[in-house]
Amino acid sequence: MRVGLFVTCVNDSLYPRTGRAVVSLLERLGVRVDFPTAQSCCGQPMFNTGYRHETEPLVRRYAAAFRDHDYVVTPSGSCAAMVRDNYPRIGAGAEAEGRGTELSEAAAGAVPKTYELTEFLVDVLGVTDVGAYFPHTVTYHPTCHGLRMLGLGDRPRRLLEHVEGLELRELDGAEECCGFGGTFAVKNPAVSAAMGSDKCRAVARTGAEVVCTVDNSCLMHIGGVLAREGSPVRPVHIAEILAGTKDSVR
Amino acid sequence: MSRDGTGVPHSGGAAYLGMPAFPRAAETATRDDRLRANLRHATHTIRAKRARAVAELDDWARLRQAGAAIKDRTLRHLDHHLVRLEEAVTRAGGTVHWAADAAEANRIVTDLVRATGEREVVKVKSMATQEIGLNEALAEAGIRAYETDLAELIVQLGDDLPSHILVPAIHRNRGEIRDIFRDRMASWGRPAPEGLTDRPAELAEAARRHLREKFLRAKVGLSGANFMVAETGTLVVVESEGNGRMCLTLPETLISVVGIEKTVPTWRDLEVFLQLLPRSSTAERMNPYTSMWTGTADGDGPRVFHLVLLDNGRTDTLADEVGRQALRCIRCSACLNVCPVYERAGGHAYGSPYPGPIGAILTPQLRGLASPLEESLPYASSLCGACFEVCPVAIDIPEVLVHLRERVVEGGEVTIRGTRTTIKPAKRHTAERAAMRAARWTFDHPGALRRGQWILSRSRRLRPRRLPGPGRAWTDTRELPAVPAESFRDWWARTRGGTA
Repeated sequence: MRVGLFVTCVNDSLYPRTGRAVVSLLERLGVRVDFPTAQSCCGQPMFNTGYRHETEPLVRRYAAAFRDHDYVVTPSGSCAAMVRDNYPRIGAGAEAEGRGTELSEAAAGAVPKTYELTEFLVDVLGVTDVGAYFPHTVTYHPTCHGLRMLGLGDRPRRLLEHVEGLELRELDGAEECCGFGGTFAVKNPAVSAAMGSDKCRAVARTGAEVVCTVDNSCLMHIGGVLAREGSPVRPVHIAEILAGTKDSVR
Repeated sequence: MSRDGTGVPHSGGAAYLGMPAFPRAAETATRDDRLRANLRHATHTIRAKRARAVAELDDWARLRQAGAAIKDRTLRHLDHHLVRLEEAVTRAGGTVHWAADAAEANRIVTDLVRATGEREVVKVKSMATQEIGLNEALAEAGIRAYETDLAELIVQLGDDLPSHILVPAIHRNRGEIRDIFRDRMASWGRPAPEGLTDRPAELAEAARRHLREKFLRAKVGLSGANFMVAETGTLVVVESEGNGRMCLTLPETLISVVGIEKTVPTWRDLEVFLQLLPRSSTAERMNPYTSMWTGTADGDGPRVFHLVLLDNGRTDTLADEVGRQALRCIRCSACLNVCPVYERAGGHAYGSPYPGPIGAILTPQLRGLASPLEESLPYASSLCGACFEVCPVAIDIPEVLVHLRERVVEGGEVTIRGTRTTIKPAKRHTAERAAMRAARWTFDHPGALRRGQWILSRSRRLRPRRLPGPGRAWTDTRELPAVPAESFRDWWARTRGGTA
């Protein structure tokens, strides 16, 4: 089984510790993971802003980088959803414009092997107890693309429930968007910030020390609002919680 | 008035003309604490009720698929079904008029009312007549149109605009409604009773008495319709208050203005929607009043019936293979009630009678991408997908939003008044387009990406807390993330020795 890590551009540049956590978690579970350096960005920022044609080279790049892998694991619900939902659309768009089936074929190759991290753990590896230790109170925000596009359901929660020392706190209005939405955050900053501060109020009400999601882009927004408000709550990606062990805890 | 790609004002709805682009209007709304509290309370209440009403049916997913399929099948052959509808309505004693746009529809209705010699009409709540600005057109002709739906009455008395499809006065709380009734009812007819309080029962009673004299006096009724059954020429209005039943049965003349996409071929098709609509909109198993009429009948109801079939951008929308799914909409407003953006921005920011997610895809299609407002609407969403999830006819609103964003920034083929044309990318997006191209180039050259990350990490201590220019949109309300000393890519190269 050849497993490739698609770390995503956001994690690569801003949250490398999340990528390192995925590597250490998967290795602990006996999975050898590759990082093809030809990878970069899934193209979501361009596609969701309306620049479909700008995403086409990135579809090709993704498909080529992971051509020889059986599985691609990514610690991002929205990037996995981008590949799964939108790559076929980009392929179909190119076909409709009379530019052949090359992009559709690239998409068809990429889609079935792409897994968001918690899906890969629960559905492919068949584990919910990854032997993690994280002695903190945590609240979980199910991100929109993970929840509604990927249909992650209770997979992240089941993983968290098996973490030793972790106490899970229920988040009010958990299924409501945090207000990030990619370029939405800067195109509609007032509404985005209003959604963010409502989300952070709900997080604060849980009394948890940590807010966790399957997506660092949402956490960048939630964490940005929390930090500006001077909140002590820490944003932590689920991979970093699941990678934690008694040895690694400071 | 009509609007083409050149930005000439469009489809009536005069009250909505010249409204600012969404982000600006929305920003104003986010600062209105009372509005946000009203909207939050109302949308969360309806949202929870809808979820319970839908959960009662174990075949909801199949009903939803059936609803979508019936609409798609009907829209594919809409020309055929409309002609059948016209024949059936005519056979039943009605008269059918075809209106290509708002101006034509308003002219037809104004002429029909004038021909009766009447100077006032009573109205059933209708989205189509809001869309074309019929009340304003009638007022110009010296005809007073009385809204009889409770919420529409509140909006009309308050000289306000509706902000929700189902609950047009959702932005008002009962204290505000009491004030509007007390101050404004007298100038429209029967005044509010002395000492009116904000108790819902008292407010409803005041409205009932105010409206009753209009129902009994009016000779002309105006309506839209939720559905038109082509096989028999039957129109259907579903409602909660009974004001619709009054307007549809008491006047001598009834004029209905209905969008052409409201057609369903048969009664069997209608059955599906009469299950989907009430649960999705009012969270009821069945709505209190369902009025159906087929032409005219001797000694029962209006003696004269006119049906005005409204296009107003619908045929152009139908020509768009992705965007056409917006025409499945049955105006339930479930998408508004779950939308986190609508909840904060309020309905007025959408600049049309169709607010919320459905408005964000309907308005730019019906009117064309003709002004900064229409261009901004496809971006009035975080693409969270809650709207798609609750839509009873499975309109993939995020898909259409992204599709329309592409039309805005890349231009492309659209249909304007039946003619296929290629529109240019919007001017306001030049800097963004350059940035997206640069980002794509960098991501397509991982060596350059790595150098960029290196520069970013070397200069990470210099990062300002607040960014200038467009970056302010982020840093005004949020901290920037800390830049790490080493990218993942560099860590991998250092510890694992390049590619595996």
